[in-house]
Amino acid sequence: MKRIYADRKYIIIGFFLLIGLLYLARLFYVQILVDKYILSANNNVLRYVTQYPARGLVFDRYGKLLVYNEAAYDLMVIPRQVKNPDTSVLCNLIGISKKEFVNRLQKARNYSPYRPSIFEAQITRDNYGFLEEKLFLFQGFYVQPRTLRKYTYPVAAHTFGYIGEAGPDVIEKNPYYRAGDYIGINGIEKSYEEILRGKKGMKIRVFDVLNRDKGSFRDGKYDTTSVAGTDLYSSLDAELQEYGELLMTNKKGSIVAIEPQTGEILCVVTSPSYDPNLLAGNIRKKNYTKLLQDTVFVPLFNRALMAIYPPGSTFKLVDALVGQQEGVLFPETRYGCPGGFPLGNGKMVGCHPHPSPLDLNGAIQVSCNTYFCRVFKTIIEKKTYGNTRQAYENWRKEVMSFGLGKKLGIDIPGELNGNIPTPAYYDRYHGVNRWRAMTIISLAIGQGEIGITPIQLANLSALISNRGWFYTPHLIRAIGKTDSLNKAFGTKHKALVDERYFDVVIEGMANVVTGGTGVIARIDSITVGGKTGTAQNPHGKNHSIFLAFAPVQNTRIAVSVVVENSGYGSAWAAPIASLIIEKYLNRSVKRKDLEERMINGNLINGKLENEGRQGNILPD
Amino acid sequence: MRDDKGIFYRIDWVLVGLYLALVFIGWLNIYASVYNETHNHILDLSQKYGKQLIFIIAALFLALGILIIDPKFFSQFAWFIYGFFLFLLVLVIFSGREISGSRGWFAIGGFGIQPAEFAKMATVLALAKYLSALDVSIARFRSLVIASAIILIPAVIVLLQHDTGSAIVFLTLVIVLYRAGLTGFIPLAFILFPILGVLALVLPKLMMAGVLLVAAGIFYLFSNKRFHSVVLISLVFLGSVGFVFSVDYSVNHILQPHQRNRIHVLLGQDIDLKGAGYNVNQSLIAIGSGRFFGKGFLQGTQTKYNFVPEQSTDFIFCTIGEEWGFVGSALLLLLYLGLFTRIILRAERQRSRFSRFYGYGLASILFFHFAINTGMTLGLVPVIGIPLPFISYGGSSLWAFTILFFIFIRQDSYRYDLV
Ligand SMILES: [Zn+2]
Repeated sequence: MKRIYADRKYIIIGFFLLIGLLYLARLFYVQILVDKYILSANNNVLRYVTQYPARGLVFDRYGKLLVYNEAAYDLMVIPRQVKNPDTSVLCNLIGISKKEFVNRLQKARNYSPYRPSIFEAQITRDNYGFLEEKLFLFQGFYVQPRTLRKYTYPVAAHTFGYIGEAGPDVIEKNPYYRAGDYIGINGIEKSYEEILRGKKGMKIRVFDVLNRDKGSFRDGKYDTTSVAGTDLYSSLDAELQEYGELLMTNKKGSIVAIEPQTGEILCVVTSPSYDPNLLAGNIRKKNYTKLLQDTVFVPLFNRALMAIYPPGSTFKLVDALVGQQEGVLFPETRYGCPGGFPLGNGKMVGCHPHPSPLDLNGAIQVSCNTYFCRVFKTIIEKKTYGNTRQAYENWRKEVMSFGLGKKLGIDIPGELNGNIPTPAYYDRYHGVNRWRAMTIISLAIGQGEIGITPIQLANLSALISNRGWFYTPHLIRAIGKTDSLNKAFGTKHKALVDERYFDVVIEGMANVVTGGTGVIARIDSITVGGKTGTAQNPHGKNHSIFLAFAPVQNTRIAVSVVVENSGYGSAWAAPIASLIIEKYLNRSVKRKDLEERMINGNLINGKLENEGRQGNILPD
Repeated sequence: MRDDKGIFYRIDWVLVGLYLALVFIGWLNIYASVYNETHNHILDLSQKYGKQLIFIIAALFLALGILIIDPKFFSQFAWFIYGFFLFLLVLVIFSGREISGSRGWFAIGGFGIQPAEFAKMATVLALAKYLSALDVSIARFRSLVIASAIILIPAVIVLLQHDTGSAIVFLTLVIVLYRAGLTGFIPLAFILFPILGVLALVLPKLMMAGVLLVAAGIFYLFSNKRFHSVVLISLVFLGSVGFVFSVDYSVNHILQPHQRNRIHVLLGQDIDLKGAGYNVNQSLIAIGSGRFFGKGFLQGTQTKYNFVPEQSTDFIFCTIGEEWGFVGSALLLLLYLGLFTRIILRAERQRSRFSRFYGYGLASILFFHFAINTGMTLGLVPVIGIPLPFISYGGSSLWAFTILFFIFIRQDSYRYDLV
């Protein structure tokens, strides 16, 4: 019987080998086929500690610090490593409810159980002190040093923009960013993001099962050091910006000042605005929502770049230049003004009382509507173009060469085109061949479909003072060092109007201030050229516009001011522009009465008590 | 080939070589498991690898001692040895030390001795002794009962020590009974019932009952005449269905919550990476992160930073998986399979029934330890704390396995002397 069952050895050995084979297959699966275990292994022991470089600083044109960094701390969590902490202690430390704690942890877990997520962002240095003492109690939590953006002057919020966590769309498109990284979201912070941010570094640390730091991974062989962000030298004059915002208190509108020789923006005020510090750090989201919901003041709307106004009488300067270039207007061309320009259908474009007839210089000085309607009509009806459409097309091209009706391409986002209507638009509106100069005559006085932005207006002023050219307006004049000029803005743009045609226009503008519609803008010690304008507003009171530059010779500042719902250009825009000029050129303002009246004028909630009382507010 | 030059020319050097290789691999990986820069001298007795080195040296002396003992001693004293260890097993319940929940340890000096490890050897001896008796036939009911009792008595005592893992090991000796002539259904049932149990928890019960019914029908139609009994098949069917329902009931109503968790985690119905699933998950992470060639000796990050609990004892296979990769793990697997196969083949060549059954007992015990231990680290079987033979850290298990193993080597070397 001994041998009867001997063959069972095959069954037994077979069984052993079968199990062995099964295990071999399992090993193959676990070690070679799937990746999740090696990923988990790295997550177990390796902690990738990002070294965030200091973001670049921003200085104003005189070297004053505008934007800087303050130490802050992000509380990070790796959900997988969280081990039933005493939640109430942690909740108290960062001031959140238990429910919020659970929510945040779940959110982090949804993102990834293994990767760190920000649990509480930008804890200030003071609060960090308390947290630091207790942090060892909470496995899975650690602190990542960060910086918080701070603003020396609570001004120019729209220009600086703000930073925030990179969203999923950014992370997907740009491999540089990881969840929790900050990125410039608006303003300079956005357009100069890559320069300001520097380069992140990465330290790989090894942690054991008790979350103890066991030193750097492979002696730091794979570590990278961070590179600090580059400083920016802004063209802004911090004091001027602050002064401009002060002048615009309780007013809707904007001030843009440019240095004509360089295109450097000296100040860009939009009002109402907000303190840029409100959108820095962990208060950003809450404040942003609040600002966004403010539909009365609309503080997030950057009027300087995005508000489109009909330029009103300021556009007569363009008529004067294009007319001369087209050879249909000369300085000595005289037109009479019978109180308006008849449209032939019994209606007329009205004009205010003034001496008549006038030459070009005089027409600019008193802003005669009739005169410029005639100029416009002769341009559009000029025989050499054959038809209205051709002539208009040419006119439009020349107008747009002044930087009007299309984005200038300044160095912060949000700029809008404005609008110089296309011939196609009129074809659609009136029918092909069914529109003439008289149909679109309101363009002559800057009304109708035409729309331009305050920054385009300021640029027009700079262009005129330069006699026909401009550099694209920009906010960052140098990068890294004060003398390392921003190369992006070195191209001179030429208007399609010859230099010689500018003299009479500049002379007229000087006369506007010395004895025309803009006398209120006169400054005793400074020669100023200016032009008033009123943007017709179908929804309420007209917008006051003023365009100016000074000094008339060797101009150093060109300004546009728009004050919404405040009437004639001479009422609010002109005095504000002249105060800006005085402030910039003299560094102080002598006309304290005017200054005070401007600052105190409340055009949003209050009513206009001073209109008409001042003798020098004139229709334009 | 009679040879009078002495015992060392007749022992199976292949088996001894495999033994030495495994012991060396074990020590190397224990060193890696507990390695840290401040204590790196291999004889540092404050560290596990220092102690293990002592254990190994002691084990080699034990082996030597066994090789010079008269081989007849083991068969002649089998009952005595069995009785002695049963006594120790009982004694340890009352006077033993409790280590990790099990009262199975004697404290001798600084070391703990676990009689259960040695009881396996004693039981194999006794079983082989009993089955080798000329009047014993497993086909007889009386013999089966006695053989079963030899196996179950120490198992039950060990169970009383709350050492479930070691208790289960005894059941593997059913393989010896199978070789001795036990019907194949019983070992098959040992394999099928756990599978059925798992399926009972994973699949809906009614579906299980349906599947069993179909299986019974197929069996009825295709099996040979010998089993063509409707009554028997019906009984097996009803028993299986009852088993399915009772497994589900007992898991959900009788087991302690932590035991239930372990089962759910193993079945993948629950991912509790902090609790019951933690060990297995960390073990898989360590092994899986080894990839093809491993991270290299002492380079295993999971090993080095103690992510896997009990890594030098029950989870030693993780270190091998992580640092030596698929190549190293597969090689170890093959070493073991080679060892088991060779033991079985050598056992078959024994002239004495005692030696043969002893060889089967040895192979069964080693195989079961291997299968449960590596299966556990690979997440294939529940976490049962039993050591990997010759490799896991620990004096008791190394010595017990060494004695178990070298008794067979001694028997084997002596087989030609039998006429
Ligand atoms: Zn007039």
